[in-house]
Amino acid sequence: MLTSNYIRTWQAGELMRVLVIEDDRETAQFLQKALKESGHSADIAEDGEVGLGLAEEGSYDVLIVDRMLPRLDGLSVIKELRSKGLRTPVLILSALGDVDDRVKGLRAGSDDYLTKPYAYSELLARVEALARRPVPEEQETRYIVGDLVLDRLSHRVIRDGETIQLQPREYRLLEYLMKHAGQVVTRTMLLEHVWDYHFDPQTNVIDVHVSRLRAKIDKNFDKPLLHTVRGAGYTIRDGAG
Amino acid sequence: MAPANPLSRAVSTTAFRLAAVTVAVYLICAGLIVGLLFWQTNRILTNQVLLTLHSEAQLLEAVAQAGGLPALARAVEARSQPDGLGLYYLASSADAKIAGNLSRLPPEIASSKSGGVFRYTKGGKAGENARLGVAIPVALKGGARLIVGRDIEEQRHFADEMGRVFLIGFGLLSLAGLAGGFVISRIVLKRIEAINIASRSIMHGDLSQRVALSGSGDELDDLAINLNAMLDRIEALMNGLREVSDNIAHDLKTPLNRLRNSAEAALRDPTGEEACRRGLENTIEEADELIKTFNGLLLIARLEAGALEDSAERFDLGRVVRDVAELYEPVAEERQLKLEIDATDGPAVTANRQLVGQAVANLIDNAIKYSAHVAEAHNTSSEVNVSVTTLDEGIEISVADRGPGIASADRERVLRRFVRLEKSRTESGTGLGLSLVQAVARLHGGSVRLEDNEPGLRVVLTLPRRLAE
Repeated sequence: MLTSNYIRTWQAGELMRVLVIEDDRETAQFLQKALKESGHSADIAEDGEVGLGLAEEGSYDVLIVDRMLPRLDGLSVIKELRSKGLRTPVLILSALGDVDDRVKGLRAGSDDYLTKPYAYSELLARVEALARRPVPEEQETRYIVGDLVLDRLSHRVIRDGETIQLQPREYRLLEYLMKHAGQVVTRTMLLEHVWDYHFDPQTNVIDVHVSRLRAKIDKNFDKPLLHTVRGAGYTIRDGAG
Repeated sequence: MAPANPLSRAVSTTAFRLAAVTVAVYLICAGLIVGLLFWQTNRILTNQVLLTLHSEAQLLEAVAQAGGLPALARAVEARSQPDGLGLYYLASSADAKIAGNLSRLPPEIASSKSGGVFRYTKGGKAGENARLGVAIPVALKGGARLIVGRDIEEQRHFADEMGRVFLIGFGLLSLAGLAGGFVISRIVLKRIEAINIASRSIMHGDLSQRVALSGSGDELDDLAINLNAMLDRIEALMNGLREVSDNIAHDLKTPLNRLRNSAEAALRDPTGEEACRRGLENTIEEADELIKTFNGLLLIARLEAGALEDSAERFDLGRVVRDVAELYEPVAEERQLKLEIDATDGPAVTANRQLVGQAVANLIDNAIKYSAHVAEAHNTSSEVNVSVTTLDEGIEISVADRGPGIASADRERVLRRFVRLEKSRTESGTGLGLSLVQAVARLHGGSVRLEDNEPGLRVVLTLPRRLAE
């Protein structure tokens, strides 16, 4: 199949084609509407078999797959797709939320896992992060946002020609944010990718870490790069908006 | 299903059937032994008789050889006593009786060469009871016939008598066996019935009921003890469940109610869109809190069911504890707390990294939350101490603060779900933090204990040493 090996690389602001495989009509329609409002397009499949068929034929940037589906369950859909060489990124939605279930989902070939109930902002951030994920991982050696440069080889961070001293954890936090420059990154995503924790740390510890990082990279400069997105998370980008 | 008739009930019990089978086996064995004994005795007696007969036959043969038929006839006549045990019959070649106390030639012997058992009547009188005899034929020259025999009626009586005694004995034995089986089964039945009655009333909802013990310490008592232990466990679980559902009712309904209120208030607010927006934001916040609580509850429930046992991985405990502590360091600093971390690398353990991480995070979060108050109130700085120590008893992760601490009477209680001490009601939180820590500890075969940090609280999460193997 021509489309199966073709991976589109999504850029911030670009339209993203999403397939929602979800049997609860209300949830599916809510997602479709919300994704449209966010500037993307979404198709709906109400069971696993239809979903599998659409996913094989259509050229989608991301699949959102519910775990419990009629006719063919979510994990089987993903396994089937992967066995056919289709590498479209998949986000699993599940009412089960254990460490175990997450591991099972990732093993089946999904790229991310989100437990119901979720915040739409969380879902959108994750879906956009997935759609953009270059496959295979592209080895960029430098991330650049405005006058901020992060050199992944020398682990140096320079803004406007000035070297900024960062703690190892702060460096990784910035690296992750810059990798997803222009995109919204949620607190949970940071916790998962920078700290590798898949649990709720109760207090908003992430906020404190981000504000420390912000103090280092933005404080002495006119133009802030690290922005808080209300109700969603953070984003690093050049320019206001 | 159970017949009402006590006899048929007793008969249908296992105990009775066992008794019946046992009795039957005994009877068969006894029958075999007695039969063998009887047969052997009979054989020995018969052989003795035959031996006597043969020697007598030889003697008479010698007489016949020496003196011919007349001498033999005299000798036979001399031996033939009317009431004696010896039986004789001497006939000529023409089959006419010459001498002897037998009235006629027994037909059973006439055709036989080796002799055998026969019946005869004394003096040949009809109507008299036939007696049993055994005889052998003696061959004589000239066609004359001599039968030498012996009366074995006594022996037959003895055999008959023995048979009767055995029959009566067997009968008595079976009756006694069956009666014993019946009585035993009644006794067992009665106690099982007591257990059944107790079980039925428990099934009908009276969980406080227990099975009575007989005090004999036998298997039925063991069964009763086990049943009672099972009931204790079920009752404890039920009480736990009831407590949890009461808690859920309170701790989930309260935020649900708040959520509903804020939605309603937003709808009623006449100021319009801005109020609506605020109301909705409020609603989402409340919903998020609820979800958090709900997730916590579910996780604890699944941990208690041991559902995550197979998700263990090998990791460096010291490093993970340090990592989690470092995650909280900026938060602690913001609240004028010093987070002292006393954990070098190691030991490597096999456990669920995420869960252990979460447990440590909960402990540090609590420590910061409660000791920050004290620090702020007295405008002093305070510290939270996190350490990992490997001891013989286990690997201890300790989180100690200088907060208000917990009175020793309350220490057990705070580990339970939703238990929040009055002082902490004002703090944010679900009331599930320590319960989760305990559930994680238990999942790994460890424990949690709360200590006085003089002042403050020290929570120690102990993991078994075998995790480090």
